[in-house]
Amino acid sequence: MEEDATAENLFGQPGEAAQAGAGAIIEVERLTRDFDGLRAVDEVSFTVGRKEIFGFLGPNGAGKTTTISMLCTLLKPTTGRGVLNGYDIITQQDEVRQSIGIVFQDPTLDDQLTARENLEFHAMLYNVPRNERDERASRVLKMVGLSERGRDKVETFSGGMKRRLEIARGLMHYPHVLFLDEPTIGLDPQTRSSIWEHVHELKQQYDITVFLTTHYMDEAENCDRIAIIDHGKIVALDTPGNLKHSIGGDIITLHAVDAEAARDEIKEKFGFEAGVIEGAGEAKAPAEKSIRLEVPNGRTVLPQLVRQLSTEIMSVSVREPTLDDVFLNLTGRQIREESADKMKNMMRRRMRARGMRR
Amino acid sequence: MRRFRAIYIIWLRDLKRHFRDKARIFGSLGSPIIFIFILGQGLGSSFALGGLGGFDYKQFMFPGILGMTVLFAGIFASVSIVWDREFGFLKEMLVAPVPTWTIALGKVISGATIAAFQGVLMLLLAPFAGVHISPLLIAELLPMMFLVAFSMTGMGVLLATRLKTMQGFQMVMNFFMMPMFFISGAMFPLKNAPTWLDSLSHIDPLTYGVDAMRTIMLPHFQSRYPLGMDILVVGLLSAAMITVSVTAFSRQA
Ligand SMILES: Nc1ncnc2c1ncn2[C@@H]1O[C@H](COP(=O)(O)OP(=O)(O)OP(=O)(O)O)[C@@H](O)[C@H]1O
Ligand SMILES: [Mg+2]
Repeated sequence: MEEDATAENLFGQPGEAAQAGAGAIIEVERLTRDFDGLRAVDEVSFTVGRKEIFGFLGPNGAGKTTTISMLCTLLKPTTGRGVLNGYDIITQQDEVRQSIGIVFQDPTLDDQLTARENLEFHAMLYNVPRNERDERASRVLKMVGLSERGRDKVETFSGGMKRRLEIARGLMHYPHVLFLDEPTIGLDPQTRSSIWEHVHELKQQYDITVFLTTHYMDEAENCDRIAIIDHGKIVALDTPGNLKHSIGGDIITLHAVDAEAARDEIKEKFGFEAGVIEGAGEAKAPAEKSIRLEVPNGRTVLPQLVRQLSTEIMSVSVREPTLDDVFLNLTGRQIREESADKMKNMMRRRMRARGMRR
Repeated sequence: MRRFRAIYIIWLRDLKRHFRDKARIFGSLGSPIIFIFILGQGLGSSFALGGLGGFDYKQFMFPGILGMTVLFAGIFASVSIVWDREFGFLKEMLVAPVPTWTIALGKVISGATIAAFQGVLMLLLAPFAGVHISPLLIAELLPMMFLVAFSMTGMGVLLATRLKTMQGFQMVMNFFMMPMFFISGAMFPLKNAPTWLDSLSHIDPLTYGVDAMRTIMLPHFQSRYPLGMDILVVGLLSAAMITVSVTAFSRQA
């Protein structure tokens, strides 16, 4: 009897009362998850406001997917608690599930069915009234530019089209929160930017809160706020602008014949702490070393630097800080190198999955 | 109501997939047809088998092959959960606002429907094996096929909770499904079988299913067990398999 009451509630606007009270749509407190001995998520706490685009940024294995899995009730937290749309993620799973849409990191479409059938199936699972299903399907298909392909089997779609279809599917039941776990991984730049357009549109059209993970720094800039996560811990949480300002100035990158000597000389003459970066990242050729330093005002420091250094300089550049720099600052590592490998792995996995089909 | 609908959705998807896959529908009839028309014809005309109860070998083996069709179709259909997991679609179902057990139960029912459908297709070939069929006979056999199918799909879902990839399925096929099929007396009368085989056949669920189908299809056939007992055993087994598999699936998913 009690359960029936819940079911009834799901057809209405879920959690309306609870939302009105709290400004946040997701509240997480000391959420922790262990995998036999390994702490994948370590006491993370944060809140996400309604209609916010909130990003989780972090390298391979940082705990992004694990956090999402807990928030969408697929994984039980070891300790800690979370409330989504006014519902407890541990005790009110059905209500939480009805409130969210999710695009998983790995593909989850039935490629033997058509695009519309996938949407229809989803709509039925999420109690979308029969007479609205077709119209909603047309609407979301249009949004992701797949109107023409609705009746085609998903099997015949490209990777980017499948990804867009998954996003469309996540919107079929008008969720309050849409989780996107690395929505653009392995996609070409056009598709990536069109997906971002959709995400921004969502915020306008559907009053939706978007929670996404990414390891593309430039993409993270699209978020209203970003949590930088590393080894299961949130190491910083702010708007992209504030995070970059936290570096306090500009970034100068400089290639010298003898990078170590240049670093020491800069320290001696200017008092700036510079770091030597091997190969990857900002160096032009993989074998080259470059040095990187943060200065309060690049435009004034740069000319002096060039004039006064006795070590031979091959090239020098000044730019505003990026989130990459923020991550480097906080963790002493770069996020990019790890990500490149990871993308290759992802692609390999997807190919394998495709090849194995019957 | 919502639960019922969730089960229906899972069922509908599997049926759509099945009926779209013509190769699978007709392909899975391949080996039964070979068994009946090549093996049945060949063996039947070479050996004089005892214990056929006055029927020729093809007639005798037909209900057994029907049992085989249902066995294989049922297990294949429900083990598709392993595919669903491997290709990610299972996650889409698991994260939906429906209880996990509805997914498992939906799979059991869809698998049984598919298996029974394949059985009916097979039945249409009965005249070629010299077995007389009528709509009434099909109507009588259908519940029995469903019952057998349920025990098989229950097993399939249970297996799917253990198998993480489809690669392990070959093992299941060789060490579980094939013996179950041969021991059941589908292919030869158990009357003259050695004691060990006879004892094994008593604990093989398919024995009862095949026995029931034979009793229904072949008039005056001297069956191994009374029909009531066949139905009781298969029915109990199905109920047990469904309960166990649905519970196991909900727990591990
Ligand atoms: N089911 C599991 N069993 C054991 N360990 C796991 C499991 N899932 C994740 N982990 C571990 O937890 C850690 C965090 O994994 P998670 O998938 O959350 O990382 P992520 O930030 O999503 O990484 P990526 O960017 O590669 O997707 C990793 O060390 C991973 O090995
Ligand atoms: Mg991940």
